[in-house]
Amino acid sequence: MNLLEIKNLKMDFGKNADALRAIDDVSFAIGTGETVCLVGESGCGKSVTALSIARLVPTPPANYVGGEIWLNGRDVLKMSARELQQIRGGVVSYVFQDPGASLNPVFRVGNQIKESLKLHRPEKANDAEVIRLLKLVGIPAPESRIRNYPFEMSGGMQQRVMIAMALASEPKLLVADEPTTALDVTIQAQILDLLSELKQRLGMAILLITHNLGIVGDMADRVAVMYAGQIVELAPAKELLRRPLHPYAKALMNSVPKLHGDADRLSAIPGNVPRIGNFPKGCRFYPRCPSARPECADTMPELVEVEPNRWVRCLYAKELTK
Amino acid sequence: MSLLEVKDLKVHFPVKHGMFSRVHETVKAVDDVSFSIAPGETVGLVGESGCGKTTLGRAIVRLVEPTSGQIFLEGEDITTMSGAALRSRRRKFQMIFQDPYGSLNPRMTVEQIVGEALDIHKLTDSRSARQKRISELLKSVGLDPIYAQRYPHEFSGGQRQRIGIARALAVEPKLIICDEPVSALDVSVQAQIINLLMDLQQKHGIAYLFVAHDLAVVEHISHRVMVMYLGKIVEASEAKALVRDPQHPYTQALISAVPEVDTGTKRKRIVLPGDVPSPIHPPSGCPFHPRCPIAQFPRCSAEYPVLRESRPGTWAACHFAGSLRPVTAEKAG
Repeated sequence: MNLLEIKNLKMDFGKNADALRAIDDVSFAIGTGETVCLVGESGCGKSVTALSIARLVPTPPANYVGGEIWLNGRDVLKMSARELQQIRGGVVSYVFQDPGASLNPVFRVGNQIKESLKLHRPEKANDAEVIRLLKLVGIPAPESRIRNYPFEMSGGMQQRVMIAMALASEPKLLVADEPTTALDVTIQAQILDLLSELKQRLGMAILLITHNLGIVGDMADRVAVMYAGQIVELAPAKELLRRPLHPYAKALMNSVPKLHGDADRLSAIPGNVPRIGNFPKGCRFYPRCPSARPECADTMPELVEVEPNRWVRCLYAKELTK
Repeated sequence: MSLLEVKDLKVHFPVKHGMFSRVHETVKAVDDVSFSIAPGETVGLVGESGCGKTTLGRAIVRLVEPTSGQIFLEGEDITTMSGAALRSRRRKFQMIFQDPYGSLNPRMTVEQIVGEALDIHKLTDSRSARQKRISELLKSVGLDPIYAQRYPHEFSGGQRQRIGIARALAVEPKLIICDEPVSALDVSVQAQIINLLMDLQQKHGIAYLFVAHDLAVVEHISHRVMVMYLGKIVEASEAKALVRDPQHPYTQALISAVPEVDTGTKRKRIVLPGDVPSPIHPPSGCPFHPRCPIAQFPRCSAEYPVLRESRPGTWAACHFAGSLRPVTAEKAG
């Protein structure tokens, strides 16, 4: 059984006539100890999908229209408030993009971590355990650091504190939403190393959200590419990076400059990312797609398995594999 | 003759403490930086946040006052110029900013934004000429001139950055300082703007100082690249050579830290310990020595390594430049 299984998730913002579909028919699964990357540009629904796992998107304005989210054998969308509280932190923990904004500025970091312990492992809510956690995430001199306020730490250190806090409850799934986007490359390398090491050591699964395809290559077992609220390609990471099938995945790969690259010119994707509410009627990528055909404008493609473990949402998926 | 020449430029900011605002310390944001840019050349400037790259760019266009040093534009010293003299020189150099949302006045239409530059420098003599020039400019950055009457909020990030570029182009500058022009944009739109900048260079022979933190983008667009650390340039080299065979250990680490799409060869990632030190109290000797994997003591903590030519065309500020083993091609063990 998979640790997480999202089936045909549909979510709207707003009600009735004003409803805007933010997530449309998203399905994917994460096995125990697996790392899955969710890749996409701003506004494609990747963060909202991730927040849905612990039902953290406030309703209203959001509205779960359909689908199921099976986490650890139970459907999150059918849980009571009490049950939700147990899985938040207990089964799934989050690390967000901006550690400076996620930490409470008026409490010492030690106490903030202890709060998570009090909720989930009250017998361990002591300084010794906090110090052990800080040591685990590689903070030097943790004995003195527990008395620091967040502003006394650098961005990289703050992100380590966030990770320590997420790990305090010993979750089975860690959701990291752009955990390194706000950090410098050398610090990003430190945090990514830390995440892979912790995953090895603690055997937890990671859902990593990023827009950086390079990070996918370094971290992911499998990857889901999202565009305009839908998954357009789901594949093992190595396969996707070597041979992307969906025209969007392909175009995205080609539009990013590579180190040691020899291309004189980048192949840019024309146009802009469609905004929510303005999604095209048929295939959502067709106005920007280099291989679009007239049918693409009216017919919404389904996500189909074109090869074992490779799913693509394109009317001409079968032709893409040739 | 080079288009821009910067000599021993320093920008120091006083740090004020206490109720009488006495100056106790200074942040050496830019410290003894010298370089030049030839006409039509793109020079990339990379470094981590707080290394002084933005300040350097702003000092060159005189948006922040240099503490000492000299800036020559086409051989003319503009370091202390002011008023009308400086304004007239500003026709030659323009700036494009990082944040396409914050750098356009929300209460002005595109026509007003682009036209303002034309008015200030009195570049068009009639209303119809002004209008014609504005539509020309919008077309040249890939925007339809029918949008001229719209306001910035009606455009996407990439389109706003195009407006910013049109505004810079209005005065036909010879040099554009691009301060992180694509880092606020979506990945699929970044490539459009990079291609546009490269096309404009081809067409008009504009030189760029391209400030960014993304090494892959900088390598792609630049002829030469300078790497900055704590206010100093630690390596300057031809772009391809810099990435292929970096001479400074910081550059090596920076390159190895870039996560790469290519999964074929797993590179050995050099993970630097610690954070960038505070520029108020930079480390003694070589500012990089506390994080450097190859530092040797006491030399590196005592003696400042001057920028020297370690290989033709490559300058590195390291005592051991040139004797580093290339690590980028190494397989992970």
